[in-house]
Amino acid sequence: MNIVVLMKQTFDTEAKIQLDGEGKISRQGVNKIINPYDEYAVEEAIRIKEAKGGEVTLVSMGDDGVQESLRQALAMGADKAVLVNDPALEGADHYVAAKVLAKVLEGMSYDLILSGWVAIDDQSSQVPARLAEVLGLPQANVVTKLEVLDGKIVCHREGDGSIEVLELPLPAVVTAQKGLNEPRYPALKGIMQAKKKELKKLSLADLGLEAEAGKTKIVGYQLPEARQAGKVVEGEPADTVKQLIGFLTEEAKVI
Amino acid sequence: MGKQVLAVIEQKNGELRKSSFELLGAGRQLADQLGAQFSAVLAGQNIKGLVDEVASYGVDKIFVADDEKLAQYTTEAYTDVIGKVVAKEQPSYVILSHTGAGKDLAPRLAQRLGAGLASDCTGVEVEGDSLVLTKPMYAGKAIATVAGEGETYLVTFRPNALGTVAAAGSKNPEVVDVAVEIDPNALRVIIKEIIEKSTGRPGLTEAEIIISGGRGMKGPENFAMIEEIADLLGAAVGASRAAVDAGWRDHGDQVGQTGKTVGPILYIAVGISGAIQHMAGMGSSKVIVAINKDPEANIFKVADFGIVGDLFDVLPVLKEELKKVV
Repeated sequence: MNIVVLMKQTFDTEAKIQLDGEGKISRQGVNKIINPYDEYAVEEAIRIKEAKGGEVTLVSMGDDGVQESLRQALAMGADKAVLVNDPALEGADHYVAAKVLAKVLEGMSYDLILSGWVAIDDQSSQVPARLAEVLGLPQANVVTKLEVLDGKIVCHREGDGSIEVLELPLPAVVTAQKGLNEPRYPALKGIMQAKKKELKKLSLADLGLEAEAGKTKIVGYQLPEARQAGKVVEGEPADTVKQLIGFLTEEAKVI
Repeated sequence: MGKQVLAVIEQKNGELRKSSFELLGAGRQLADQLGAQFSAVLAGQNIKGLVDEVASYGVDKIFVADDEKLAQYTTEAYTDVIGKVVAKEQPSYVILSHTGAGKDLAPRLAQRLGAGLASDCTGVEVEGDSLVLTKPMYAGKAIATVAGEGETYLVTFRPNALGTVAAAGSKNPEVVDVAVEIDPNALRVIIKEIIEKSTGRPGLTEAEIIISGGRGMKGPENFAMIEEIADLLGAAVGASRAAVDAGWRDHGDQVGQTGKTVGPILYIAVGISGAIQHMAGMGSSKVIVAINKDPEANIFKVADFGIVGDLFDVLPVLKEELKKVV
């Protein structure tokens, strides 16, 4: 069973966001990690491979710095990686990303495509579904349980206040939600092996593609106004709670 | 054909979803500002009874796709049916809710239409002939402005972000029965079962009030205190990552950068110190209340009202006092 994992490198969740001179999100001095939801996808792919055999291929888009995250996922146990690395893709939107990734997957043999359900940077949760559409594959988004059967999968998808138990024929696109598994830490042996694993860099020209304008245009960024600390009270609960109730009902008028 | 704003309306068990009322109210206003027609598409099974309620928001045209194959939401069947309506109508904007179904459907639909999509938006303004959207990124640590330009453009709005407005009144809209002819290939995903999480409480992303517990709760059993207060307020129950990772609460309850990003009217943080990832996930709440015994806790820096005290002393009193006012 061959699995492709779509992986994105994101800022660390600890990162403080600042704007640069051009008003864009500054990348200066920010620690980068594997998008946490993609890490669940990597882990799930490795577990399926360990149970059923086959190969796990990582596919990512981004600059040279992404290699570090790819090596980390290779150290976890993925077999090889492809990085689409082209300056023309700087700021590419989800529409373009889906088409580029589809081109990477062309000619590859895969039974399952896994990814995180959302990237914690732009929070858009678009690329996997857009890719599924380009490839004409069924999709299951926001999955907390995945079982591989013969030629199909059964998964638990988080709906609104419910869990949908879905059966999909393979190949399919599945996106991971927290709860799917607990990602492993790479062992020293894995880290050593990862250095020798194939990490292929491709440009748009290598893929036979030309730069294409996107459909979703970000025109600016702002930082949210810092919240001001409000009133803090201390003392007997009988008194502090009364003050709180007064605040909620009369001042804030929220209950 | 003229300009058109098309809202994708969601229903569950014969009732319109709360987020859909927000879409209907905001959609009418946006259409007016754009000088556009406002239409709605409603898909499901045995849903014709909901048409009047949708109409009451001053909708000009309602597309009704009523079929047993649409009884439950599935990505491809809904993309097929709604995609055909959009392809025919060519609205300037298609607006959806960023719900479980909406965030699944919108990108697939957008790619099929070759369209842009601004997802999880929390704000919108009309500039000339276009919508300008704002959406949080990095769990609200930054806010992006997105230009909604293109022949057809899709937007998903975060529940609670638009707010509800009173129904504008029916304009006796044209009701179009959509012929449901779904490509068999779009029916390959089988719903084996739907497990309802019957807590009786609203979902975190849709709730107007959320009360969350953190490490200070000391154990899963103590969340009963939080749940009792939640039920008094009609609130959802959330948790910090610490509480989830300790196994006290379900993953789905986690609020924060690797959990749910929420923006309720009132957020009550109990025994939560306020890690940057948690604050990012709830920082857009209108009013934040914190209860924590550590006066130095970060959560007090963002709270509109804070009580420094032992939650095990404060919560029982809070429950009794709330009973008097709600």
